[in-house]
Amino acid sequence: MSGQVVEKKTANRAAGGDWLSRIPKSLHGWIVPLVITAIWQAVTGMGLLSETILPTPLAILKSFAALGASGELFEHLGISIYRAGMGFFLGGTLGLLLGLFSGLGKVVEKTLDPSLQMLRTVPLLSVIPLFILWFGIGEFSKVLLIGLGAFFPVYVNTFLGIRSTDAKLCEVSRIFQYTKLQQVTKLIIPAALPNILLGVRLSLGVSWLLLVVAEMMGTSAGIGYMIQDARAYSETEIVFVGIIIFAVVGKLSDSAVRLLETRWLRWRDTYKG
Amino acid sequence: MAAEMLVVQELNKTFATPTGDVIALNRIGLQVKQGEFITIIGPSGCGKSTLLKIVAGLDTRYEGTVLLNGKPIDGPSIEKGFIFQEPRLFPWLTVEKNIAANLSLRKPEVRKRVDELIELVRLKGFEQSYPRELSGGMAQRVAIARALLRSPDILLLDEPFGALDAFTRSHMQEVLLDIWQKNRTTMLFVTHDLDEAVFLGERVVIMNPRPGHIRHILPINLPYPRKRSGNAFQELRHRVLSEFEKVEGPDIDEGAGI
Repeated sequence: MSGQVVEKKTANRAAGGDWLSRIPKSLHGWIVPLVITAIWQAVTGMGLLSETILPTPLAILKSFAALGASGELFEHLGISIYRAGMGFFLGGTLGLLLGLFSGLGKVVEKTLDPSLQMLRTVPLLSVIPLFILWFGIGEFSKVLLIGLGAFFPVYVNTFLGIRSTDAKLCEVSRIFQYTKLQQVTKLIIPAALPNILLGVRLSLGVSWLLLVVAEMMGTSAGIGYMIQDARAYSETEIVFVGIIIFAVVGKLSDSAVRLLETRWLRWRDTYKG
Repeated sequence: MAAEMLVVQELNKTFATPTGDVIALNRIGLQVKQGEFITIIGPSGCGKSTLLKIVAGLDTRYEGTVLLNGKPIDGPSIEKGFIFQEPRLFPWLTVEKNIAANLSLRKPEVRKRVDELIELVRLKGFEQSYPRELSGGMAQRVAIARALLRSPDILLLDEPFGALDAFTRSHMQEVLLDIWQKNRTTMLFVTHDLDEAVFLGERVVIMNPRPGHIRHILPINLPYPRKRSGNAFQELRHRVLSEFEKVEGPDIDEGAGI
């Protein structure tokens, strides 16, 4: 009796493996979104929900095409990428540099790090009113907000990466009489690289998040503005277009860093699941 | 008689611990000639690794005289190659880049030497491998090649084969003897393995703990390659062992007898 049950179970498992193996591996990640979209289209297509609550995927697609055709979408996207990119670049670069200095030198660590750690615990959204008072709602205060958010992940992880350099390898570099410069470029930075790249990834995520916040605090262009504006006119499908754009661009930028990780961190020997 | 390349005289080393000072090395005296192969054996805590670190220049807080080629040792340098118990390779560099380390493979003379050394440590075909792809013995051979590239006057080895299995270990011992006979690099080899000490060394320095001191220096007048099963070998092995039995229960590695 029990033997039969076991047999049935293994048969089921084999069948489960079968249908998955018929789909190319690269498409496995698409299965869940496609199924959800199909159900979504079925439910909304029957008119069970109001268009302003949940438009059909087809309506979203149409609005996507219309916005794309008029060029409006790319205008918004361009200005958003510019803001996020500038903020990320400024904050990330500064984070990398200060992380390096404070990781390499005890003096910088002792004088600078405590203040930065205190600043880090301040919720970023609470400084927005101050930024608006000081710099208005123009580009400068937006880029500054994003830059401030992008700074900390890179700073913290660069510092951590440098300080987790294996002391045993430092001993080797002392025996081989590495110059100070060689110690930094040939030992400490390669050793810290996994952490630095992690910091960059987190920082990209934060930049993207703060972009929306910045664009909702008052502007006349950008994907965040497009969403706000569409909400005011109850054009729910445009809100969805904006959200999808955020998802796609966010995913693309993350994949870019992961690509760098696989190329630069090929040497790593870790659990790969 | 060849000049003494390494002279250690009246060397004392004390560690300060919360419970008081501990004497790690007590009046160590040792003279090593150019091209000699010295093995140092002793139970854990006898200060043999401490002695090696002092000669390497990794530990400069000691009393007494330590001269290499007539000059006091004041820090680590490429003249004193060091092989640790672990290979300590840079995980982000390939085998050949690990050997070159801070030297550029684009320089023809470095390239040539690296290729020769890869041949010498029998790693042909693994130039482009990363350390994670290597076995323990292979990784340790990379570390040896890396040290040899700097043409050190003396090679200091701190239980380099201790973490390897018995078969790999005996193979590595032969590789090392082969290198020594070709290059005539002076070797100072720390081990806790009785067979290894007698198999490799021209002289075996026997150290005992509490406080760490040299009990006896035993010349091994056997021609290379030595046969572990030979009567003369076994007799010398017993003589080394008896030096420990005089003191207390030896925690010397008697196994791995291949």
